[in-house]
Order: sequence, then C-alpha cells, then structure tokens
Amino acid sequence: MLWSSSMTEPQTIIDKLWNAHEILRRDDGESLLWVDRHYVHEGSFHAFAKLTERGVRVAEPGLTFGVADHYVPTRGSRHDIADPEIARMVRQVEDNTAKFGIKLFGIDDPRQGIVHVVGPEQGLTLPGLLIVCGDSHTSTHGALGAYAFGIGASEVAHVLMTQTIWQKKPKRMRLTIDGATAPGISAKDIILAVIAQIGADGANGCALEFAGSAIRALSIEGRLTLCNMSIEAGARCGMVAPDAAAIAYLQGRPYAPKGAKFDQAVEAWSKLITDDGAIFDRDISLDAKTIAPIVTWGTSPQDALPIDASVPDPACEANAERAKYLRDALDYMGIAPGKKLSEIAIDRVFIGSCTNARIEDLRAAAAVLAGRISKVPGLVSAGSTVVKRLAEEEGLDRIFRDAGLEWGESGCSMCVGINGDIVAPGERCASTTNRNFRGRQGPGARTHLMSPAMVAAAAVNGHLADVRPLLAGRKT
Amino acid sequence: MDKFTSSTGAACPIEQSNLNTDQILPARYLKWTRAMGIGKVLFHDLRFDAEGKEKPDFPLNKPAWRNAKIIIGARNFGCGSSREAAVYALYDYGIRCVIAPSFGDIFSGNAVQNGVLTAIISDEEAFEIMGALKRTPELLVTVELERQTIVCGNRTYHFAIDPVRRMRLLNGWDDIALTENYGDRITAFKERDQRERAWAFPRVD
Ligand code: SF4
Repeated sequence: MLWSSSMTEPQTIIDKLWNAHEILRRDDGESLLWVDRHYVHEGSFHAFAKLTERGVRVAEPGLTFGVADHYVPTRGSRHDIADPEIARMVRQVEDNTAKFGIKLFGIDDPRQGIVHVVGPEQGLTLPGLLIVCGDSHTSTHGALGAYAFGIGASEVAHVLMTQTIWQKKPKRMRLTIDGATAPGISAKDIILAVIAQIGADGANGCALEFAGSAIRALSIEGRLTLCNMSIEAGARCGMVAPDAAAIAYLQGRPYAPKGAKFDQAVEAWSKLITDDGAIFDRDISLDAKTIAPIVTWGTSPQDALPIDASVPDPACEANAERAKYLRDALDYMGIAPGKKLSEIAIDRVFIGSCTNARIEDLRAAAAVLAGRISKVPGLVSAGSTVVKRLAEEEGLDRIFRDAGLEWGESGCSMCVGINGDIVAPGERCASTTNRNFRGRQGPGARTHLMSPAMVAAAAVNGHLADVRPLLAGRKT
Repeated sequence: MDKFTSSTGAACPIEQSNLNTDQILPARYLKWTRAMGIGKVLFHDLRFDAEGKEKPDFPLNKPAWRNAKIIIGARNFGCGSSREAAVYALYDYGIRCVIAPSFGDIFSGNAVQNGVLTAIISDEEAFEIMGALKRTPELLVTVELERQTIVCGNRTYHFAIDPVRRMRLLNGWDDIALTENYGDRITAFKERDQRERAWAFPRVD
C-alpha cells in the first residue's frame, strides 16, 4: 500500500507523501516525482514558449488546469481591457491553454479566481496529491494534506512535457502550536507570529508540517491562510494532516472524487498522518495563547509585532548590521523610530489575495465594518468569483459598500499590482496580503500586512488599531 | 542549458538581507519577453529613481561594478516570488554567479536551470569579501566550480553547493532529455497509480 507504515519505522506525513510519488531515485540523491496536479496562469507563458520552441505536446493535459488571475481587471470592464499589454496577457493564457488542450477557468468563467483559491474550492486540490504551479504561494494547497510547492518556468515546462519533476528530498520540519488562541486571533496572526519568531529564512528549503491543537482547531480556510504564508518563512511547502474537517470540506466539490471513489480516497487519506515517534530534522513549538493581533511594520513579513507594540528604534540596537536593516526599513516605510504601531495613520486598505479573500475572511472583515464607515478609501476583491457571488448572497458586498469601500471582481489585484490596481507611491496600505516587500503593491507603496479583521479595524480608525474593542458585543 | 565552469570579473556587493525577487525584477516587467531586454530593468527600482535617473548610491551603478559578473549578497538572497525572469534579468545583465550565505529555495533552483551559479559561504566570509571589495572596488574575483573556490585578492574561500546542482552546472545537462530516458518507468508508475489511486485522477468534464 502506498503510505502504509506497518513494515517500516514511523514516518512523517512528509515521508509518506514523498514515497507515494517517487518514480525513481538516482544515485546522486535526486528523485523523479509524479505530479498529480499542475496549475498554470498568465505568468506561465515562458514555459509554453519552451514547448512551442521544441515542437512538443503536453504529456497529460488532463492533469493541468489554468486560471486567469494575475492580470485580470477587478474594476471596470473585464472585456474591453484598456491597457493593451494587460489584454494581451489575458488573451495569451487563453490561447496557450486552448492550443495545448488544457482546461482554463478564464475571465468569463463563473469558477474564475486566484489559482490558490480556485484549486481547493473546485476540489482539484486533494489530500495526498503532489501539486505544483509556477507560483511560490502554491504552498497554500498543503492545508488539505497535499504536497504542494512553487516552481520556476523551466520546471513548469518540464512538468508540462513529462508530468514529473526532479527534486531532492527536503528536510522535515514540524511546528507544533498547542493551546487555545485568544478571541479575535486568526490564522493570519498565527502565521505572522511564526515568521516573526523564526525569520523569513527560518524554514529555508524545509517541508513544514503544522501540528498541535491550535492548528487542528482552525477551519480549512484558516489552514489555507497558514500554509499560504509558509513560503514567507522560506519553507518549500507547508502542510496540515487531513482530518474530518478536510473530508467535510471536500465532499461534493465539483472535481472531488464521488461515490465509491470518494470512500476509497477517504480511506487513503485517513492514513496520512505523522506516526507516533516519527523523526523530524527540526521540531519546534509555540504557545497559542501568547499570540496577539499582529501587524507588520517593515519590508519583510518577519518585521511583525503585536499591535500594542512600538516599531524598533535603530539607535537602541547594538548590532550595527541589524541597526542598518531597521533604519533602511523604517526609512522606506516612512515611520519614525520607536513610534507606536497604533499611531500609524493609513491612506487606504485592501482586502483580497490568495492569503485572505475566502468567504470566512470577508465575513470577518464585514463583522467589524457592519454599520461603520471607513475613514480611508479601499478595495475588496474576493478570492474567486464563487466567493464573490456567495458574499453577495450574504449581503457582505452591501456592508463593504456602505462602509465606503469598493467591491471589485476577483483576481490577484492589489496584492501584486500588475493588473493596474496599485497603491500610489508613498501611500500606506493596510492589506490582507502576504508580502510587504518594497514596491510590492506598486512602486514606492508602503504595505502593512494583517488579518482581514485588523484591516477592517484600521479602516474604521484611519490608523493601525487593535480590532478587539470593535468586536465587543458583535457576533463574529 | 548553459554550462558553468568558472568566471572571473568585477564583483558587486549588495548588503541587503532578504533581497527578494520583487527587488531583482519588479512585477510590472513580468509581462516582458526576454527579447525585450530584461537585463536593462534588473533591480530597476533600486537602481533608478521615479524619474528613471540612476541612483548613484546603488552599488551596481558605481563605475567599478557596472559590468559585474558576480554579485556578493547577504542572507536569503532571492527569497519570495518564484519568477524565473529574475534569473533571466541577472543573466542578461551579465551576472554569472551570486555568492551569499543562503538563498531562496526556488531562486537557486531557477538559477541552475539557466547556468547561473549560487555559491554558499558563511555570513562572516560574505562580510569579509564585501569589505575587501568596498576598499578595492576594482578587485577581480574568480569563482571556480570544479574546485568550489572563490579567489578574492590574496584570499581563497571554499564555497558550498548541492552536489547535484554542481554536476548539472558543470555539464550543462538538459533536464528534459534526461527525464525522457526514464519514459518506461514513468509509464509503469502511472499505470500502477491509476489502479491504486483512481481517486487521484480528476474526472474529465
Ligand atoms: S494573490 Fe498575490 S500572492 Fe496570491 S497568487 Fe496572486 S499575486 Fe501571488
């Protein structure tokens, strides 16, 4: 059996997934792995060009799925795209997928959305699968117990041509978070706390299993947020063992197995856990109750602090290199050393991206915004068109609009700014996204990462703020 | 793919840690094809101001380092986005080797695919080499892959690289040609897998 462990020593979930996909291992230690699912998007054009150059076909077109997400407009017409370059990018993914016989959830498809939202939502992402995509946040899909990682364009071409990928087995790392989180704490706060603790390279090259009671208590959507950002700690992939919540989430989804096949799948998935006594290369833990609502202040996701803290003061830093790092980051962000986080005024908000734009994220933000007005402009872009419709059925769009925010179509939007939704130079944005890199949301843009509820709190206050007082007496 | 055996040239120190691929190639250039001259926009927003004028302080803009073949970086160089075009930009600018204490995982994989060497040294060694280059910017550095050495002035350093990546760079192996040798094994795996894990194959609609 594929991942039984009866005859051998105890295995981690990472070992089991690896073994189930290893076609062969060369003497030098590289393994050829079978790829169960491959996702492509507009950015995959370099890889398609390589296929055309070689005059070859896609080996398994039925196992690759495309979406239009990075360049699609979220405001104004989706059809008469004003910018010809952006229009070309959207057309190109349509042409490439059509040419190579790949299913596309294109701009007009009711299933369109951000690739890492669409995969799980459509039941394409399943426990036990090996999933790749030319996008670093492919780590998201590990939330359902898949082995999922981002690859570059040359590897995308290789997967298209062979349905396999060469990999060296990564180090196994486990992060256990036990205990109950305080009220108002979300998966985003947990993962920001983790990255702040271990650093942006703290899990470099590792496959990272999240375990412990605080992780099991998260919904699947929360786990998707968690695994999404494991790449921001340098991990090759993040994962959570599939449990009853994962099975319930997948049952009945369009592409999930049905009937007897679903039962077989559930039986296989139930074995997909780390055995007692299995060894990790690194094993660390964190206490859930120490986690507070967190925001970032700098230009790396590791620059994160609880909302009641103050930004660092380089003058108090003994290490010269670290002091320079702090000075550069604060300088870019336009924040005075030692300033209280809750006194930092913002210019706009963005609720969106593959990190935090699923329905639970929109509900959490709406719970704070209901009956309140945003002091700054902002955009809400659902993670998928399915999420958008559902939010509209629940009346969440009205709450956002009544608060003064714009309700857009679904896409990557202001997370990366390449569809034209950008934060102006020097402007400060409270954002539910995953990267506060310099210029990430547009040249000169200043980004503070936080949870959807915390973005809503920042909107209502006009500055970074603790969401908890705003939740008093409200159902969340 | 291109081979890498050795490289000698100017070496540009870039001290920022966690220098991510958004900095190496800003997202708005991701729609460019390589033929459009992607090397010109390498490190664009670090190299140029909002008016498009060069920022004199950025190391790659200094006379001695304009034609650098080598970059000495800090920890976690190339973290972030998987964009392989960041490596195209480095290569097309003329960079053949990046030396740093650690690299983003996907970035160093992409580098190998394009014949760019990512050489790992300790934090202290990186600091030392950067110091020597700042004192004597015209110093030429030689990186040799066979022996895994970096020669900078009268100092020689040993660097680390994954042995598989080393072999691939030395030989310029083409992954796909290599994989095609195993076609029968792949087919056999798939056939068995379709029986044992029928649920893993999505229905066709
Ligand atoms: S939403 Fe942002 S992080 Fe997610 S896939 Fe799109 S650009 Fe990448």
